[in-house]
Amino acid sequence: MAITEPTISRRGLARLGAAAATIAAVGAVKTAAAAETSGTIKVGILHSLSGTMAISETTLKDVMLMLIEQQNAKGGLLGKKLEAVVVDPASNWPLFAEKARQLISVDKCAATFGCWTSVSRKSVLPVFEELNSILFYPVQYEGQECSRNVFYTGAAPNQQAIPAVDYLMKENKVKRWVLAGTDYVYPRTTNQILEAYLIAKGVAKDDIMINYTPFGHSDWQNIVASIKKFGSAGKKTAVVSTINGDANVPFYKELGNQGLKATDIPVVAFSVGEEELAGIDTKPLLGHLAAWNYFQSVDTPINKTFIDAWHAYTKKPTRTTNDPMEAHFIGFNMWVKAVEAAGTTDSNAVIDAMLGVSVPNLSGGYSAMMPNHHITKPVLIGEIQADGQFNIVSQTPGLVVAQEWSPYVADTKDLIGDWRAPLHCGAFNVKTGHCTAGKKA
Amino acid sequence: MKLDRTAYLTLGLTIGIPLVLALLNQATPAGSALHVPTYVVALAGKYLCFAMLALAVDLVWGFAGILSLGHAAFFALGGYAMGMYLMRQIGARGVYGNAELPDFMVFLGWHELPWYWQGSQWFPFAVLMALIVPGALAMGFGWLAFRSRVTGVYLSIITQALTYALLLAFFRNDMGFGGNNGMTDFKDILGFNIQADSTRSALLVLSALCLCAQYLVARFVVRSRFGKVLIAVRDTESRTRFLGYRPEAYKLVVWTLSAVMAGIGGALYVPQVGIINPSEFAPGNSIEAVIWVAVGGRGTLSGAILGAVAVNFGKTWFTGVLPDYWLYALGALFIFVTLFLPKGIMGLFAKRPGKPVAILEAAK
Amino acid sequence: MGAADSSPAAPALLCLDNVMRRLLAFFLIAAVSLASAPSKADPVDDAVAALSSGSFDSVHEGVDELVASGSPRAAAIIGALQNGKLYFRPDHTLYIKQDDGTYVGALTGTPIDAGNVKPVRVNNTIRGAMDAALGALRLFSPETAARMTAAEAVFHAADPSALPALTKALEKETDPAVKTRMEQARAAVILASAESAEADRLAAVSVLRVRGDIDARGFLASLSDQPPAVAEAIAGALTAIDRAAQLWSVAQSIYYGLSLGSVLLLAAAGLAITFGVMGVINMAHGEMVMIGAYTTFAVQQFMHAHTPGMYGASLLFAVPLAFMVSGSIGIVIERTLIRWLYGRPLETLLATWGLSLVLQQAVRSIFGANNQDVDTPAWMSGATALGGLTLTWNRMYIILFSAVVLAGLMAALRYTSLGLRMRAVTQNRRMAAAMGIRTPWIDALTFGLGSGIAGMAGVALSQIDNVSPNLGQSYIIDSFMVVVFGGVGNLWGTTLGALTLGIVNKFLEPVAGAVVAKIVVLVLLILFIQRRPRGMFPLKGRAVES
Repeated sequence: MAITEPTISRRGLARLGAAAATIAAVGAVKTAAAAETSGTIKVGILHSLSGTMAISETTLKDVMLMLIEQQNAKGGLLGKKLEAVVVDPASNWPLFAEKARQLISVDKCAATFGCWTSVSRKSVLPVFEELNSILFYPVQYEGQECSRNVFYTGAAPNQQAIPAVDYLMKENKVKRWVLAGTDYVYPRTTNQILEAYLIAKGVAKDDIMINYTPFGHSDWQNIVASIKKFGSAGKKTAVVSTINGDANVPFYKELGNQGLKATDIPVVAFSVGEEELAGIDTKPLLGHLAAWNYFQSVDTPINKTFIDAWHAYTKKPTRTTNDPMEAHFIGFNMWVKAVEAAGTTDSNAVIDAMLGVSVPNLSGGYSAMMPNHHITKPVLIGEIQADGQFNIVSQTPGLVVAQEWSPYVADTKDLIGDWRAPLHCGAFNVKTGHCTAGKKA
Repeated sequence: MKLDRTAYLTLGLTIGIPLVLALLNQATPAGSALHVPTYVVALAGKYLCFAMLALAVDLVWGFAGILSLGHAAFFALGGYAMGMYLMRQIGARGVYGNAELPDFMVFLGWHELPWYWQGSQWFPFAVLMALIVPGALAMGFGWLAFRSRVTGVYLSIITQALTYALLLAFFRNDMGFGGNNGMTDFKDILGFNIQADSTRSALLVLSALCLCAQYLVARFVVRSRFGKVLIAVRDTESRTRFLGYRPEAYKLVVWTLSAVMAGIGGALYVPQVGIINPSEFAPGNSIEAVIWVAVGGRGTLSGAILGAVAVNFGKTWFTGVLPDYWLYALGALFIFVTLFLPKGIMGLFAKRPGKPVAILEAAK
Repeated sequence: MGAADSSPAAPALLCLDNVMRRLLAFFLIAAVSLASAPSKADPVDDAVAALSSGSFDSVHEGVDELVASGSPRAAAIIGALQNGKLYFRPDHTLYIKQDDGTYVGALTGTPIDAGNVKPVRVNNTIRGAMDAALGALRLFSPETAARMTAAEAVFHAADPSALPALTKALEKETDPAVKTRMEQARAAVILASAESAEADRLAAVSVLRVRGDIDARGFLASLSDQPPAVAEAIAGALTAIDRAAQLWSVAQSIYYGLSLGSVLLLAAAGLAITFGVMGVINMAHGEMVMIGAYTTFAVQQFMHAHTPGMYGASLLFAVPLAFMVSGSIGIVIERTLIRWLYGRPLETLLATWGLSLVLQQAVRSIFGANNQDVDTPAWMSGATALGGLTLTWNRMYIILFSAVVLAGLMAALRYTSLGLRMRAVTQNRRMAAAMGIRTPWIDALTFGLGSGIAGMAGVALSQIDNVSPNLGQSYIIDSFMVVVFGGVGNLWGTTLGALTLGIVNKFLEPVAGAVVAKIVVLVLLILFIQRRPRGMFPLKGRAVES
């Protein structure tokens, strides 16, 4: 093989020049085109359509498109049509930040609905804060955040985990606990909170077993066996699962195969919804639980309308609905209401107008946007049924207000988030009276 | 050092375009037709950092015949070194307001900095770590591998094992590097606000300068006597050994050099994208780096730069324009290039007959 | 009742006239029978009312009351409730849905027009109560299997009130396995009851100690308030059970290691073939596995819709079909893509990586990005106990399947002419071509064979892992590790490599956790390659060097 690097010939130089010029021209035209379209209000959709998170996030893109279509059928917003701008950040966290920047500064989106994993949210957070735009985040998460530019329509730990544990303690008289999670921030924080909560309720430290596995862990033989062993100490045992995503399928399969029935050791999960169950044979899982703020099986007229519209839109009567979809439903309607109240899509005006906005949720009540940028939600506990739906066995009598700063983590127990005047602060320390972070400049 | 037409062109474009972009971003007001949005500046900086990684890969693959499927590990290690420095710079402005510990340590319940974080608050230390850590790992790994004469596919697979093991290790929250969330929410670098336009432009120009420097170094290496032996090792290792040279030593030197180059790329990458995360260690990233070099033209340093910029630009464009189908486009691109452009894009622009004169010339 | 003579009323009655005495007796008897007549139906009616109330607590009460009532319909009603076939109307009537969709009255068992009914819903607590109740009711069932499950359910429930029924059932029992189970249940019940004698308790503890499994241990550990001698016996039993469990856990780890190894082997075998014969690194190998898994899904969907009767055999149809689908796709890939890249193995790697992206996206577009539900047939579900080992059926079958596939592959390579030619090409391509072997054709078939095996691996993997477009990515790296570790082109090497990696991983896992175990395995692999740069069983020969 020759040693030389080929030098560019004159002809080659000309070709290279021509190619470069074309690309530059195309780029310029595209940028110009993007800047031109006024007359519509752009809504950004920042969900992964490929990669590991596509399984969960593609549905959210579809539901957003449906909601935008429905709003346009009602006449749009402020007299203009809504236009969806869809991008694919491909489960790549730096790409999330890049796409967020593109949606805001190039496409000039008035608001963005997106993200799923905490990493993706943390990666786009600086972009939204720097460019002062709005993000609606629909997924249950670990809390410990309260940004001025984000509206959190998913559950904080006290709107999901704590009521689930209370239910198990009361209903099944559970005395021994396995906290099994994927090794990342949401399960770690949730387990930290739960451990502190259980100990405060009198559970001995020996009666709590905490275990972490990597993403996508597929060989659960050992862990399920150790759960069985832990449960053979004579006290009623339950598993609180913050196992995320793909790993749930082999976990439940192994549970079923090793004969761990819900009547022996019930498993309550926080990241398993109708969408995830669609990929599992649920017959051996009868009776295992999940805690959410919404189930497809909720029996209300508004939910039925939503599900029918969804089936008509996707042309597939078997598509399931789940909690993050409801979160986008609530978030989108809140945004529309706030924009109408403010009369403009300008971020500052809309952010101020969002506080206190109240819209119907799909379980028959209303959800309100609180000053901490989180919404009030009911907590439902459901048992898995053979058809992949949930049988609702418990519901909080009222709505639960989110505690975005956990009282069980030493550094945040004195913090509150309140974006109303005069505080305007995401992390206000009530003891010292100082705003520690996220203060509006 | 002689610079031929290709080199001038490469250097010119690599310095020229970023300079123009930076100037237009800083000098023209927003809203004017000539204004380059900050978004483009950040993007260009990212492309240049990837180009550094591609250059590193081309150095070992195009000239030493080592196909590394784990080079992104060195890139990521350099990134983490810089990331640690940037995390320390946040100080008390983090979410938990803790001046000593980064946010993720507070939330994990740690009370003091682990020993391996000591010193990361100084910028020179961070730069040093970005050079030393990838270099040391490369040297250790390379010494073991080349000494045992692991070659070809086997070497490629164990480089993949290396990066995969690092991926798993850094994903663990217990490791103290931020776990799956990685490090983010950076505030400033060397006192400058990391999100300011001026900082971004400065970083872009700095990346361009580093890339040019690396290009020149690489060129120097491959055109020197050392480079000749290296190419001989690439083409027929046994024969070179029988001629009296020690291929292990040559491979080790260039392998370590390339790791350090990748580390520098990573260190400049992190302030520009604002996040470092274990998924940078993913084997897929390393394979993509190899694709960049293949697309640009393997064994032609300019090709590596060209390929990195072209493919990443394509990716940015496709994920915006065809969000549902861009993977088809990317996959098709890889297949097309390997089948029809074995010499990469540079092959299209090269002088038709590539005369093998370099040896004779150097001998004169 | 002879006691009437000594009752306080007797002197008064004796004072009355004889006729009056008889009249009073008659009225007394009539009054008593009138009072008792409705009470015979009361418990069942109460139970029905409770079951049709709609609240979980009352349903629970209803189940208990129904069992206590001794009604002959109790088993049928509770069985229907367990299967989700019990319905109610607000007017407190219960109905059972039959298989054909019609309803029968719950109490009468006769067909009836149900009208607007709602299902009776249960939760876990009720389910537990139902298992226990049915257990007690089915102790006398004519079927052995039913009696076995019943005895097990009674053991789990450990309800003292089941003792008389158990004793009676034990007397009648003839099957030795069921008899042992019933004795264990009786032992549990004795220990749970407050009135048992100490000698009985000690005997019960030793029965449970002999049973020695995890359920026995759990039960023994949950007992409290036992007399000191019994408590000591329980402690001794627990220690003995734990010690035995330790030994069994080593065997269990070996089993887990074998099952992981067999999965790795299936995934890597195809790669070993293509790698060995052609020197091609096929990065799209994982996608061949994925295609096999999706073929299984498609077969199941088809059989579900058109031939539901044969659904249990869906995997048997899926295996050859997956082989052919993946195999043909492999041949197509070889003919269109790989063959232009001969002699350039590293370019092949890149091209096949691009191909894997295209295939992933194609599957995502056709089937959607979500996981697809692939059912495990009944004969592959559950587990069996062998001493202290729990052997899950699906993994057992996968181990057997991989052994069969391996044997088949080796036989094909050794005894068929295609195998002979493949081996020739592996050892020395040029010489083989000179001998008249059509190497391009062999390459195509080899690639097809490797991909076909990957497809069959996909069928097996669909049973234990997600079926999603990302399935291939999770196994590609492990497959490469196995092939490199074992030595290219050598199936024994691949087998040994897979099993070793599996067992080492599984032994490290309980000690260090899943992640660290994996990292350690990777590091060990890197170090191993230093010692043996060509893997465990390298092919020898000069022509192989390139």
